[in-house]
Amino acid sequence: MNANFAIESRGLSKHFGTLKAVDQLDLRVPRGQIYGFLGPNGSGKSTTIRMLCGLLTPTEGSATVLGTEIPGSARLLKPKIGYMTQKFSLFGDMTVFENLQFIAEIYSFPKQKRTARIEELLKKYDLLEQRKQLAGTMSGGQKQRLALACAVLHRPELLLLDEPTSAVDPQSRRDFWANLFRLAEGGTTIMVSTHYMDEAERCHRLAILDHGVKVADGTPRELQASTGMHIIEVTADDPYHAQEALDESTAIVSVTQLGVRLRVLIPEQFSDPLSEVRNCLTKHSIKADVQLTAASLEDVFVAVTMGSGELAT
Amino acid sequence: MNSLSRLMAITKKEVRQLSRDRLTFGMIVGIPIIQMLLFGYAINTDVRNLKTAVADQANTHLSRQFVSELRETQVVRIVDQVETPAMLEELLRLGEISIGVVIPRDFERRVIDPDRPAVHLLVDGSDPTISGVANQLRVMPVAFDTGVHEKPVNNVEVRPYYNPERHTPVNVIPGLMGIILTLTMMLFTAVAIVRERERGNLELLINTPVSSAELMIGKVIPYIIIGMVQLALILVVGDILFQVPMRGSVFELYLAAGVFIAANLSLGLVISTVAKTQFQAMQMTFFVLLPSILLSGFVFPFDGMPKFAQYIGEVLPVTHFIRLTRGIMLRDAALSELYPELIALGLFILIAMTAAALRFTKRLD
Repeated sequence: MNANFAIESRGLSKHFGTLKAVDQLDLRVPRGQIYGFLGPNGSGKSTTIRMLCGLLTPTEGSATVLGTEIPGSARLLKPKIGYMTQKFSLFGDMTVFENLQFIAEIYSFPKQKRTARIEELLKKYDLLEQRKQLAGTMSGGQKQRLALACAVLHRPELLLLDEPTSAVDPQSRRDFWANLFRLAEGGTTIMVSTHYMDEAERCHRLAILDHGVKVADGTPRELQASTGMHIIEVTADDPYHAQEALDESTAIVSVTQLGVRLRVLIPEQFSDPLSEVRNCLTKHSIKADVQLTAASLEDVFVAVTMGSGELAT
Repeated sequence: MNSLSRLMAITKKEVRQLSRDRLTFGMIVGIPIIQMLLFGYAINTDVRNLKTAVADQANTHLSRQFVSELRETQVVRIVDQVETPAMLEELLRLGEISIGVVIPRDFERRVIDPDRPAVHLLVDGSDPTISGVANQLRVMPVAFDTGVHEKPVNNVEVRPYYNPERHTPVNVIPGLMGIILTLTMMLFTAVAIVRERERGNLELLINTPVSSAELMIGKVIPYIIIGMVQLALILVVGDILFQVPMRGSVFELYLAAGVFIAANLSLGLVISTVAKTQFQAMQMTFFVLLPSILLSGFVFPFDGMPKFAQYIGEVLPVTHFIRLTRGIMLRDAALSELYPELIALGLFILIAMTAAALRFTKRLD
């Protein structure tokens, strides 16, 4: 095992009947980094996270999480990891303080330091005013801060976050990510699953999952550089008809509309993608501005998920 | 001891949540009191005042005297006088009366003739209790009033032990104790755990160092205490309102109740591992509750049931607990004399707990 990796999985698989929820997953998550897990719903993100914290037994393969072998005795692992569920899972009929206190007791946090730690968390996660409020009556952002505070109370080495920001507003998401960076700086390894591109972009490294298969991994920069696609931006007055025209081209893998702009993906083997697009448009006498541009993470996502499927046929 | 402190943390949390759930809190006290008042006063096997109509076709001095004696027994309450037996049948069919008394025209001749019955009773057989009571009326003496009533011959003398006044609550309350504890203990545990799963709390809890055993025991402890409180409530109310005797040892009764509560909680745990929603948990509880009421000897005598029903009854914890409570409270039996019932309950706990533990660990996967 390499001590530089918090998580290392080898051929990790989970089958539910005939469905391969996770298929031969190899992951290496370096310590002290934020590792993103990008994928559409049902791509196996939650299943993977659940296997990594010992909640589900893998059908095949294995993983080493913080030096503990999976499958194996997950008991030793529990005190070292923090886990934030997709759905708010704290006790709605207990106050913020009582929830934190309960978590401290469950993790056998040293009694004499307990109160100080809870106060520290209340302050850090901006929950001082909500101290006596029932958790169930709080807003989405407040609930999320409480969930994070509870997940990190026992100072875990590894934090597993399952779509933590799916129920909060953009401002809360920004604050949440600021908290994550602070934790990573303190040495915590964070694995976060998401289906938001902007969130994926903030990760140190990320893996893209599609139907249980890892289709790409690396730093966001690396991924953007190695899409194997030309990215062309088409600005047209009539994007609807422009898209119809572009759909006729066999070279074009994908066209995505963004307002009046269209993002067009053409595999790298085509040497002159700009003329391909221009020809297509002039054939239908559509006027448009055509430019080569750099790949965004969304382009990467499109290229490796649906794009790869179409190329294979 | 981290394990113990985790267990206490779960218990503390459970009590805290329970104290905020006013409805459940109310049910803990409300269910036993309401059911005791209801059943203690309502269930009465010593039947009196059955609605009765008389068709006195003889209408003689003797027949009128018979009717007034019938009235004096207080078993029947004569609500109507009609002309013909056919009219009695009509009233029976309409449910206006439970018993119809036919006194034929030749009543007096029949009284002398030992081979022919003097009076006919038309009885609503759709209620078995009423037929039973009507049978009591068969021994009513009918003879010419010579001033001296010939006493009916008693070949068999009945001496009711333990409840000589045939005071029904004395029989009902010890059994009701078992029924109430079955309902509340099973329902509370099953719902408490299923609710946690429904709300997603369980996903959080199983990711912490808490083990399934700590979780289950920690959750169940408050309910054991609640069960004991309910038991005390039933005993006090039973004593004050219904004068239910407590002939045996209170300590032994509590000991028996402890074992019985554990049996119900383990069954509740089994239900909680099967049910996915609180509604399902409730349905399953009632699936067990109904046979607990009908096949446990609470309502109908156990020995009178067909064999297969007795086997089902033997499986239910409440059957054994009712034998224990009636034994201890009414017959002053010692717990050591009733050990087969304790063994049965112990066996039940063992099997149910094993099943719950096996199912629970499986559910994490």
